[in-house]
Amino acid sequence: MTALTALIRRDLHVALRVGGGALIGVLFFLTVVVLMPFAVGPDLALLKRLGPAILWLGALLASLLTLDRLFTADHDDGSLDLIVMSRTPLELACAAKALAHWLAAGVPLIVATPVLGLLLNLDGAATLAVALTLLAGTPALTLTGMIGAALAVTMHRGGLLLAVLVLPLSIPVLIFGVAASNAAISGADAFGAPFSILCALSLASLVIGPVAAAASLRHGLD
Amino acid sequence: MRLVGRRLRCVRGGREVFSDLDFSVLSGEALAVTGRNGAGKTSLLRLIAGLLVPAAGQVAVEGGSDELTTAEQAHYLGHRDALKPALSVRENLSFWRDFLGGARGDTLPALADVGLDHIAHLPAAYLSAGQRRRLSMARLLAVRRPIWLLDEPTSALDAAGQALFARLMDDHLRLGGLIVAATHAPLGIAVRDLRIGGPA
Amino acid sequence: MTLIDLANPTRFLSLTAKVLPWLAGATAVLLIVGLYQSAMAPDDYQQGATVKIMFIHVPNAWLAMFVWGIMSVAALGTLVWRHPLADVAAKAAAPIGAAFTFLALVTGSLWGRPMWGTYWEWDARLTSVLILFLMYLGLMALWRAVEDPSRAARAAAILTLVGAINLPIIKFSVDWWNTLHQPASVMRMGGSSLDRAFLVPLLVMAIAFSLLFITLHLAAMRNEILRRRIRTLQMMQAGRPTV
Repeated sequence: MTALTALIRRDLHVALRVGGGALIGVLFFLTVVVLMPFAVGPDLALLKRLGPAILWLGALLASLLTLDRLFTADHDDGSLDLIVMSRTPLELACAAKALAHWLAAGVPLIVATPVLGLLLNLDGAATLAVALTLLAGTPALTLTGMIGAALAVTMHRGGLLLAVLVLPLSIPVLIFGVAASNAAISGADAFGAPFSILCALSLASLVIGPVAAAASLRHGLD
Repeated sequence: MRLVGRRLRCVRGGREVFSDLDFSVLSGEALAVTGRNGAGKTSLLRLIAGLLVPAAGQVAVEGGSDELTTAEQAHYLGHRDALKPALSVRENLSFWRDFLGGARGDTLPALADVGLDHIAHLPAAYLSAGQRRRLSMARLLAVRRPIWLLDEPTSALDAAGQALFARLMDDHLRLGGLIVAATHAPLGIAVRDLRIGGPA
Repeated sequence: MTLIDLANPTRFLSLTAKVLPWLAGATAVLLIVGLYQSAMAPDDYQQGATVKIMFIHVPNAWLAMFVWGIMSVAALGTLVWRHPLADVAAKAAAPIGAAFTFLALVTGSLWGRPMWGTYWEWDARLTSVLILFLMYLGLMALWRAVEDPSRAARAAAILTLVGAINLPIIKFSVDWWNTLHQPASVMRMGGSSLDRAFLVPLLVMAIAFSLLFITLHLAAMRNEILRRRIRTLQMMQAGRPTV
């Protein structure tokens, strides 16, 4: 347990200090959302209708982009060798890194949502609904993205290729995240069903993500 | 205890690096792996560390712990220092001590042993290559492991650093540890040679 | 991979050299029979002659999923048994699977044109196939991104297995999303109520396309083995000490 808390603390420190990438994700999220009115026009009614979709897409891209260096940074400085060699099971170490990444890069996105909801003309309840679905869904994004981040170690490159590999896998999260938000806002459909499925997706990726990432890291070292 | 490798064969990127390699190192003994560039010195260390899977043969520890793998009883000091520039010298060391399961307590003695205690609070980004190497060496002292796998350990060190490292290795051997080091330069301690990959 | 490891692929090469002409011949015969029967099949009372696209579309769509299954089995072979032929099988299958998926998309959209009035409708089934196509392309990009074939094989194997777990989830999500946005799907086949006049040619075509896949796959595996031999020989040449 000490080992895992030490790993989480270290990753949080590295992410939040100078040179860490945590806050760039929020900045990217903000920029994407600000770009939207320029693409679809400053029509407040339309933006209100698209609001949850825009926020979810922004969060999806932001969490994917910040994941890029999750393992490659440790691989480049040699830490990954020691993590693989250690007595801590690699799956748990991967899960710990994912948790640290989510705390440093995912939670700020959720915290920023109310401000961005304001820009998109979402009312308080709608913003709360989107933030709630992001809270339930972003862990799944981090955990699926982690598989791509682990493959990036083998590929010696991340970036676009990583996005191409991971984005199709995150389609279910996007579908149920936006559906649950819209259901909460319009009240026409049931909120419970898509929201429960969203939580189920996060739980399922809690198993699949670390196992696949650990397998990829074990097979990908050289 | 004894670290043995039997009939090891290593294939990387579709190319055979070495084959039919045997070695054995006893407690208190240091093995210096030498050979030309590309002969597989680093590959051999990574095989022992479990970071590469041998195409044939096996590595085993005899008389060590039954529950731990070879990798879990070993320290690996590679080319890269496993340091985070954003963290201070002390934070870097205490992270590895906690993660690798070292005894809790102050990290300053280990830093003092490698001569870095006066800059323990500085970010690792400010360290020179030699100082980074010393900080990596402190990791070997903060967590006790019987097997040291060292890849060109003295490359970035000046004369004083090399002498210091020789003394640390000597202490480790006297306490019953064993060392496998890939090296071009003399280590400054009594070693047995293992030459791989034919004449240099 | 050294020459010793090629012993097994060598047997594979000589075996496939004997089998391939027969397979190719059987594929050609069945394709001709199937196409003839499809052409002779009666028109649908609602869809007219366009229903005959089904005889191409359905086998392609079936193979699009089947090939991912084949690759998943090969992926297990790569990760669990570290068998070199499994790597080769997985790598050779990906572009063929992508091609079948692409054909399923094209025929699906051609079929949809008279029904929907557009070439593309975000219909649940077609959307799932489109996502499958994207995943095939991603997998092929991964194969191309890593130079060392055995490392590429292991990375691709993990992605294939993750995809195999995810594909049903994606399919379910897309179906759910589709019912949310448009209640009825136009492209609906009767399933078991399909008439015998349709069923027989469809089965023949399905078998013909499956044979086509096996033929193409074995041929592609042969090419891949030969390509790897060339690579090995080149590396041996590079590794030889200069005189």
